[in-house]
Amino acid sequence: MDLLQRALRQPQQWPAMSLAEWDLVVRQARHADLLARLAATARACGRADALPSSVRLHADSALMIAQRQHKELVHEVDQIRRALAPVGVPVVLLKGAAYVLQGLQAAQGRLVSDVDILVPRERLADVESALMISGWVSTHRDAYDQHYYRTWMHELPPLKHMSRGTALDVHHAILPPTTRLRPDSADLLSATIAVGGHEDVRTLSHLDMVLHSAAHLFHESELPMGLRGLVDLDALLGEFSAEPGFWDALLARAQRLRLEPSLAMALRYTARLLGTPVPPDANERLALRLREQGLTPRWGLMDALYGRALLPPHSSTADAWTPLAHGLLYLRGHWLRMPPGLLARHLLRKALLSPLARRSEG
Amino acid sequence: MPAGLSAALRLADMSLAQVRQRLRSDGLWLRLPPFVVHVRSEIPVVAQGLHLLYANHECLDGATQGFADFHVSVNARRRWFRPLCSFEMDGFRPFTPLAYGEAYAFLEWGLNWCVTSYCHTLLTIHSAVLEKNGRVLLMPAPPGSGKSTLCAALMFNGWRLLSDEMALLEPGSGLVVPAPRPVSLKNRSIEVVRQRWPQAVLGPVAKDTMKGTVAHVRASTESLSRAHERALPAWLVFPKYQAGESLTVQPHAKPDALVQLASNSFNQHVHGRRGFEALAALVDRCDCHDLCYGDLDQALAWFDALELPS
Repeated sequence: MDLLQRALRQPQQWPAMSLAEWDLVVRQARHADLLARLAATARACGRADALPSSVRLHADSALMIAQRQHKELVHEVDQIRRALAPVGVPVVLLKGAAYVLQGLQAAQGRLVSDVDILVPRERLADVESALMISGWVSTHRDAYDQHYYRTWMHELPPLKHMSRGTALDVHHAILPPTTRLRPDSADLLSATIAVGGHEDVRTLSHLDMVLHSAAHLFHESELPMGLRGLVDLDALLGEFSAEPGFWDALLARAQRLRLEPSLAMALRYTARLLGTPVPPDANERLALRLREQGLTPRWGLMDALYGRALLPPHSSTADAWTPLAHGLLYLRGHWLRMPPGLLARHLLRKALLSPLARRSEG
Repeated sequence: MPAGLSAALRLADMSLAQVRQRLRSDGLWLRLPPFVVHVRSEIPVVAQGLHLLYANHECLDGATQGFADFHVSVNARRRWFRPLCSFEMDGFRPFTPLAYGEAYAFLEWGLNWCVTSYCHTLLTIHSAVLEKNGRVLLMPAPPGSGKSTLCAALMFNGWRLLSDEMALLEPGSGLVVPAPRPVSLKNRSIEVVRQRWPQAVLGPVAKDTMKGTVAHVRASTESLSRAHERALPAWLVFPKYQAGESLTVQPHAKPDALVQLASNSFNQHVHGRRGFEALAALVDRCDCHDLCYGDLDQALAWFDALELPS
């Protein structure tokens, strides 16, 4: 396991780490948005004293920022709730905001810069008006951008609040409409769970949170927060897998939502890069399902690409192949969401993916 | 050699050529209390500035030290037609490039940015900070108030410098943490200091910057040798220089002093309520004054006569 990943997952090793290693850990963590998480981990396992004092200064500072953000986030979610109350649409939070509002393990030290919500597609117009009345404005004013978002994407152009300056992304699906395999939003919305005592502030169910996180990470074309996404997944799996029947339910849900490939990638890379415990039985059943559908990923290639892209985005972790890995994943992200033009696929495979595949499999 | 610095290697123990060579290769590791900074730069004026202004600061061995709070560099961005330079902290470039001639000042500004952006375990306040008789004077002030001349003058007049720009306050104890670095001077104050204290060590002068002409003067050796001594605040003074004016002192109402302090704080919002309470405790502890002066000597005499708060 690499340095930062070890520091995050194996606090018992901290006393053995040198100051030079800590120096790299802090720098990598800062670039990967995981420095606050390091501080949170230290507090959660009662090992804050095992961190050198100079490391604590930086990690605790990052944690203070995260904690401040969480306070502001709770307030912001309440503002969104009030804005949507008149149109009777509940606030369904996604990603970081959901973890924070539900008080999950994944929220510890998690920086959340904007709020993502999911609304039914048919209510999009009402939601947009209600938000605008309450002071949110669209940020991409360019006609082309507006058209791109509304036609091809699964979300409105990002909104920003006029006076608070906070950012809000309104999604009607968790993956773009042109994605070949995507879950039905109605299905996701019918399974949502309430936050605390409120019926009108909700998040995806535990299973759906895991699957969304996996889908989001493994459909992305740009991965600067890739390791953070993996850490989220690891935290979610760690917390929810204690629930009885979790793994069976997860596999069944992945099948229903057509997210089995993303789940397979998620389980593979959390296990390999973070040591997340995954029952071998679950992996085998998932692999079988993918084989049946002819959806088995080219693991050799994926390992070469994600093995690099999921490292902390710092100069100390890059090698000669890192830029190419990012480039190919960029294309892959687009390919997953573009209409399956046969020519586009053909060109991509022949020109770019094949030479690398031959190299990694040979 | 001043006490407390005898065993360690100081930057002045290296020649300018050695400093330049190190900056161009592995970089210099400097103890800038309370931090350790690793600096790299290919630009000659940066080497000159550091060699002069940090002469008494401790120079560390990178391999032994291992951990630096900030890894910074100032490097050229464009070499022909209006050459530029850029400040970088471990791959982050928070500022647009500046003129090549401002490279040394850029380093100083960049270091301030590092502290205010990444150090939140302390409350950081935009203020000059000096100490006498075990208690601290804070002077929060907007640019153009004459704060930097006053700060340098007080330092030469026997006050210990904790910082010319940034008060670092421990929220729990209320103690101010020293971080003595070169005092930045602007425009007229450079000449005032040069004339009045010819023994002062002045660094590279950068002309036509956003702040006008800028230079730095080396912190006194006493300020550096006592950089580990934290102290409690006693006086909060809002200075205003007005040429030809005679000295006028008014008490500054504490509630407003708190508001001013909070608005001069870089990270009070991160600390939230605890931060506000720490600032309130600071104001409570201090005598707060507005000082309007036209004659530096009169002002210095007034400061010297300051008594501890009751």
